[in-house]
Amino acid sequence: MEIVLALGIGVLAGSGVWLILRPRTFQVIVGLSLLSYAVNLFIISMGRLRTGSAPVLIEKAAGDPSQFVDPLPQALVLTAIVISFATTALLLVVLLAARGLTGTDHVDGREPEA
Amino acid sequence: MNRFADHLMVAPIVLPLLAGATMLVLGGERRRSVNAALNVVASLCLLGVSVALIRNVDASPAGVTGVYRLGDWPAPFAIVLVVDRLAALMVLLTSLLATTAVVFSLARWHRVGVLFHPLFQFLLMGVNGAFLTGDLFNLFVFVEILLAASYGLALHGSGAARVTAGMQYIVVNLAASLLFLIGVSLIYGVAGTLNMADLAARVPAIPAEDRAFLEAGAGILGIALLAKAGMWPLCFWLPGTYAVAPPPVASMFAILTKVGACIVLRLWLLLFRPEAAASAQFGGEWLLFGGMATMLFGTIGSLAAQDMARLAAFSVLVSSGTVLAAVGMGQPAITGAALFYLVSSTLGLSAFFLLVELAERGREPGADMIAVTRELYGEENDVDDSAEIGIAVPATMGFLGLAFIGCALVISGLPPLSGFIGKFALLAAALGPPPAAVSTAAWTFMVVLILAGLAAIVSLTRAGIHAFWASPERAVPRVRLVELAPVIVLLILCGVQTIQAGPVMRYMRAAAQSLHVPDDYIRGVLRPAAGQTNHSRGGA
Repeated sequence: MEIVLALGIGVLAGSGVWLILRPRTFQVIVGLSLLSYAVNLFIISMGRLRTGSAPVLIEKAAGDPSQFVDPLPQALVLTAIVISFATTALLLVVLLAARGLTGTDHVDGREPEA
Repeated sequence: MNRFADHLMVAPIVLPLLAGATMLVLGGERRRSVNAALNVVASLCLLGVSVALIRNVDASPAGVTGVYRLGDWPAPFAIVLVVDRLAALMVLLTSLLATTAVVFSLARWHRVGVLFHPLFQFLLMGVNGAFLTGDLFNLFVFVEILLAASYGLALHGSGAARVTAGMQYIVVNLAASLLFLIGVSLIYGVAGTLNMADLAARVPAIPAEDRAFLEAGAGILGIALLAKAGMWPLCFWLPGTYAVAPPPVASMFAILTKVGACIVLRLWLLLFRPEAAASAQFGGEWLLFGGMATMLFGTIGSLAAQDMARLAAFSVLVSSGTVLAAVGMGQPAITGAALFYLVSSTLGLSAFFLLVELAERGREPGADMIAVTRELYGEENDVDDSAEIGIAVPATMGFLGLAFIGCALVISGLPPLSGFIGKFALLAAALGPPPAAVSTAAWTFMVVLILAGLAAIVSLTRAGIHAFWASPERAVPRVRLVELAPVIVLLILCGVQTIQAGPVMRYMRAAAQSLHVPDDYIRGVLRPAAGQTNHSRGGA
């Protein structure tokens, strides 16, 4: 399970980094989204991986932390998802505005000279 | 402490939030004059609150006025706000810049785009929250709030240049935010807490095999914060964005790099204090040499800058680099001097960003890009819209010239204004008391600091001659009193800082001392709240 998660995070982060280094704005946005998925998975993994345990409370096991997954990273991930979702939406609007104003989707606002 | 003073601590966050929300509820753009009035009033109230906070904090012997427990949960389990000397100082600086920037924007800039006033208040909320919070993840949330508002403000007024620069600004900061998250979660994975004081208490007990993870987490977090602070080589987004941002916004942005620098200062001294044994002062030399590289980069950039806005943006880098390098030396005396320098240079740069727009107003756009083509432009057609409000200032060029000289004195660090005292204090602290040997790093820092000052004089003098002497055919810009007054007020504040240098320096030294020996901070946060000791606290 650890190796699957690690590979997943690695592939997402690698693709994301490659894409944000590309010159087209849309590629950059997709890259940032992929990176944020990788980061979200990473945050979850920081609460230790465990299958089949309850996130907050189960009956008859109150007070025993070893029975639960750590709920804090899940709360963090929720916040991180909301924030990255909102900023990605904002970035999309800016992308469209830049495309309209400069007539190109290059990140520098002009095509490189051939 | 009475109840009112308790709740004063959360006011710098709640007040802008309420003000911004009220503006949106009142109809947003359709009632701009109401919003503008509300913005001025809210900024003035914030100023009052921050003055009260700084008085409280200076009167308390421990240097921590108080810990605000949101929801009244005990500290390690929930989010706390902490008002110590550094936080109170930075909140005061923020509210000063905010008030002047808002007043400046009233003349014309708040009308060139939508929702200037609500975004401005949300920016203040994020900045104040980032200074006050005592929780690492809460810090992330406040930084995101201030960034989200700053994206909107950087794009205020639109135009191809702003949108292109703004897009790069957003992408760089989103990437930095992701690094921030990785760093925070790594630290949580190792230490099991996000409360800064609790972290500081737990770091010494972290086993040696986990220490590498903690340091990696702190390093990644540091990269994210230093990208926001504008440390070389993470600063290439900064000059472009700051140079094209609307002037009142750029003047407010002068504090955004300081947000990064102050958080680095606080976290670094908390996490890697001497008690942290093997990790003590981890990464200090990176701060020192990175800061000096930033100073050199900013210096070269300001010498090469062809217009005043870019010159101002590169001066931000020099100021930010100076603070980071001074912090990286890791000595309380130097940190105190760095805080003094930080306040004076932020005030000076903020005034300079406002002044640049006033001085450049009489020119054709791009006229100073290529000096040769200046003759081709000839007569400038005055495109000022007649809807401007306020009283025009007589003897405009005289006032602008004097204000420019004031800014140049503060930024380059020449006597008699506060920039000189700041730089002198830095040099004196780096030299140390006479018998002490001065390290190579300190010598290098002093050389770079003096070189940066010299280069600032050269580039500012050149820009001043271009703007005020060498172009006799230029039209005299029409400047309103509400536009010139904020610049003058900021410079007067620098003057006050000069005259009151003794008490101000004493405050800065005390702030630096409590940052370097954070025992009071840690005890203050982790102490159980009054009336809460008899509650059962599970999970401890």
